Amino acid sequence: MTNETKDIKAGVIERVTGPLVRANGMSEAKLYEVVKVSDEKLLGEIIELHGDVAAIQVYEETAGIGPGDVVYRTGRTMSAALAPGLLESIYDGVQRPLKDIQAASGDCYIKRGIEAQPIDLEKKWSFKPTVKVGDKVQEGDVLGEVQETTLIMHKVMVPPGEGGVVATIQSGDFNVTEMIATLTRDDDSVASIAMLQYWPIRAARPKTSKIFPAEPLRTGGRSIDTFFPIAKGGAGCIPGPFGAGKTVTQQSIAKFCDAEIIVYIGCGERGNEMTEVLDEFPHLIDPNSGEPLMKRTILIANTSNMPVAAREASVYTGITIAEYYRDMGYNVALMADSTSRWAEAMREISGRLEEMPGEEGYPAYLSSRTAEFYERAGIVKALGSDDRVGSLTVIGAVSPPGGDLSEPVSQATLRVTKTFWSLDADLAYKKHFPSINWLNSYSLYAQNFEGYWKEQIAEDFAEVRTTAMTLLEKESKLLEIVRLVGMESLSNGDRLILEVARMIREDFLFQNAFDKDDAYTPLERQYGILRSIVSIFEVAQEVIDQPEFEFATLTAIPSFAEIARLKDKLQWTKDDYQKFQDTLRAEISALIA
Amino acid sequence: MSNKEYTDISSIAGPLMVVEGVEGVKYEELVEVNVAGENVPRFGKVLDIAKDKAVVQMFASTTGMTAEGTRARFRGETLKLGVSEDMLGRVFNGAGEVADGGPEIVPEQRRDIAGEPINPYSREFPNDFIQTGVSSIDVMNTLVRGQKLPIFSGAGLPHSRLAAQIARQASVKDGSDFAIVFATLGVSFEEAEYFRREFEEAGALERSVLFINTAADPVVERVSTPRMALTTAEYLAFEKGKHVLVILTDLTNYCEALREVSSARKEVPGRRGYPGYLYTDLSTIYERAGRVKGKQGTITQIPILTMPDDDKTHPVPDLTGYITEGQFVVSRELYRKGVFPPVDVQGSLSRLWSAGVGEGKTRADHSALKDQLFASYATGREVRELAVVLGEASLDDTDRAHLKFADAFEREFVGQGEFENRSVEESLDLGWKLLTMLPRTSLKRVKPEQIDKHMSSVSSEEKI
Repeated sequence: MTNETKDIKAGVIERVTGPLVRANGMSEAKLYEVVKVSDEKLLGEIIELHGDVAAIQVYEETAGIGPGDVVYRTGRTMSAALAPGLLESIYDGVQRPLKDIQAASGDCYIKRGIEAQPIDLEKKWSFKPTVKVGDKVQEGDVLGEVQETTLIMHKVMVPPGEGGVVATIQSGDFNVTEMIATLTRDDDSVASIAMLQYWPIRAARPKTSKIFPAEPLRTGGRSIDTFFPIAKGGAGCIPGPFGAGKTVTQQSIAKFCDAEIIVYIGCGERGNEMTEVLDEFPHLIDPNSGEPLMKRTILIANTSNMPVAAREASVYTGITIAEYYRDMGYNVALMADSTSRWAEAMREISGRLEEMPGEEGYPAYLSSRTAEFYERAGIVKALGSDDRVGSLTVIGAVSPPGGDLSEPVSQATLRVTKTFWSLDADLAYKKHFPSINWLNSYSLYAQNFEGYWKEQIAEDFAEVRTTAMTLLEKESKLLEIVRLVGMESLSNGDRLILEVARMIREDFLFQNAFDKDDAYTPLERQYGILRSIVSIFEVAQEVIDQPEFEFATLTAIPSFAEIARLKDKLQWTKDDYQKFQDTLRAEISALIA
Repeated sequence: MSNKEYTDISSIAGPLMVVEGVEGVKYEELVEVNVAGENVPRFGKVLDIAKDKAVVQMFASTTGMTAEGTRARFRGETLKLGVSEDMLGRVFNGAGEVADGGPEIVPEQRRDIAGEPINPYSREFPNDFIQTGVSSIDVMNTLVRGQKLPIFSGAGLPHSRLAAQIARQASVKDGSDFAIVFATLGVSFEEAEYFRREFEEAGALERSVLFINTAADPVVERVSTPRMALTTAEYLAFEKGKHVLVILTDLTNYCEALREVSSARKEVPGRRGYPGYLYTDLSTIYERAGRVKGKQGTITQIPILTMPDDDKTHPVPDLTGYITEGQFVVSRELYRKGVFPPVDVQGSLSRLWSAGVGEGKTRADHSALKDQLFASYATGREVRELAVVLGEASLDDTDRAHLKFADAFEREFVGQGEFENRSVEESLDLGWKLLTMLPRTSLKRVKPEQIDKHMSSVSSEEKI
């Protein structure tokens, strides 16, 4: 995150504790200004100012730094570099490409003081203007386009706060710092515009207005899309103890969801997990476009053992990049794994600042920071005169200690997210995956989608969903009775509920993320499967009340065994499911004939 | 290096010492402390430096130190460990000093013990199967080279014997042996001695490096012992191309030492008095495992920790579980039944298992067989619970078969004794053999072709 500004020698260090450095002589510095610490030029950011003493959080190891070392100011606030070339990159928390760090350090370790440009400044991009000289443009208007990857057309926009009449506009191959257009502002001054722009990471990018989310993000996950859907532009969270499958769930969503851009933030997590994503994504094919997933992905990897302050910055870096693509009119999905590690980084810095702690040592501003972060999600009308609509969906993993959701980070997150996928240790122990608990989880967006479902999928989608969820609810009560008195005491009606609920769990909700066919089920087929299961319940109602009805004859019909195989029928269409349901009906009705 | 000595010690409390009037001191700098009347210096590092006041965390005990007459010298570098290939076969104490009476090590390199984070971009995903010779691990929770997989145990459980068995038997398909770096952190003398003898008897000592910090040694020394072990491991793996297995026991003691230092610094505590940065600190240990591009060697880590009161939600196992790639859980229930090794198959997990199994690595049927064994064992255990409530009479034939299977699975498959080294093929065949106890209709996770192929081969072997 560097740009052309000169480094000014400013302060002198007086104290060092871990990632926090205090320096005096900083009376001219701004809050959140980027500084370089000592002659090793370690990257840091001013987070507090008291008189001429600045508290600086340093994004690299501070061993070997001490009082008397100098601090350089840059005059710039912590910003993300935004230009073509972001896609397919893998960055650390402060937007340094890990590939360049490897080249610069010549080793597998991350060395200190490495400066790396977030964007390749040499590479030429073919820029095609979409405006002409004399056009009047305002902030957010698209000046031209660059084919960034085979999937994504990068739109070069007038930066926020700029505008005027197009005086010159270029066409051809340019690098990101070359001037591609000049605008004559209203006051006759001239603004020259390059493709590379900066935006401070801690401020949300401006938009014209927010829109009420009414369309689901389709992920191909059956328990997510049908039971607990999230909106395009929504905010969701996945809390769960370790081993419950947070990362697998997040990665499945990143792989298969129908967003055009994915920003994946590995925030304080395992190194090998990031490597897995790096190995896998270039080879995996996006089911929605047929192109490698990497072409739409930006990775931010600040693993647990990398500097803790950079972990704090990583989520902001990620969301700023995500907003930039949202402003182009794309649907963007951002995954942050895990926001608990981000909160812990805040706690560590806060402790070093000797602030008065709130709950469990977390700073008092934990919940407001969390809320601000999730509020940057949304479906928006972007700046610009063409009313582009873009969305940013934010999905945060939370790692509550011991799986206990009463802790501060989970609580702060639950207050601001509207989809809650509760991962359950017991289900994981039984190897039921995804271990999304069907009784605790919720989606407040579901009611927004009723219209969408009716139009796109089926008239009775919402009813089928409700019936299925009610059956699971009833099952949990019945199972308690069974545990006390055994199966024999149940009526045929209750046994039917248990049987159908079991099918919903085992043959619908259970989904193998590692099986390439099972990992992704389109919403149409999800409905087909669930509709088939629920129709057993509806039709069998009529026969089980017959006197002397043997329950075993119901479970013996051929279609019953077929249910388990429905998820393997990749080619089935609406008609096939209809046919299957007709057979089912006929077989069940035949039992009483 | 500065030769200036400072004598203005304003306070000594717990593991911390405050030196006043210092100049040019850097964060994390190594401090040499000479106590009046002692020939051997003690060492510490700078924990906080404000203007001319340095807070020093001692690595050695502060017992007997005096504010008057103690001299501190700042060495101008961070704590480094001299490493060499000659360390193999040797025993060191928790501070990295030779402890077997042998000659000093002539270092080939001096490395900072804090290490540096591995660039995720430079990592290579671990995918080589390690055969431990333990069926419940090899088949059900496969370990791969470059993985970090802790053993979660409890007081009085035989985790040491399990770790020793893994260290003794671990091998890879290409036949290469592991070099073993082993560190004890605050364990009893007997336990440390048990491991030393084990390595000696198995002839593994000459490919091992031992760091011994016992309960009698200074608590704060424990904070650097695992880092010394890992620095040695990194040198052997990434400079000398060896496959290194690192065993650390017991991490719970390490975390307690960290808590002690934190409380002496009067830091705001996180959960149960442990410092808020416990997760970050543990990750700087665990994340030093792995494979990297362009280097031949690997580091596989097996940290051992005891869960206070067998509680998996205690901060130490909890935060460990969030960093490591799974866990082996030692089961008290199985141990009481006399099963060894008592690995809780259901509670254990290896996140990287799928990368280590299958055609060319173990066998094509491994994945399906594992799922089937898992499902059948889970059913068997459910039936067992049901039988307790409702009585055996309420069970049908399929249930009874599962009940018998679960018993046999625990006795024969999980239980194998301390000295039986099973090849993965033997373990897989044993799995198939046990499945013959169940009705074929209940085997839904394996394909019919696989049943025909493996079950018939098992039964024909039986006839011979």
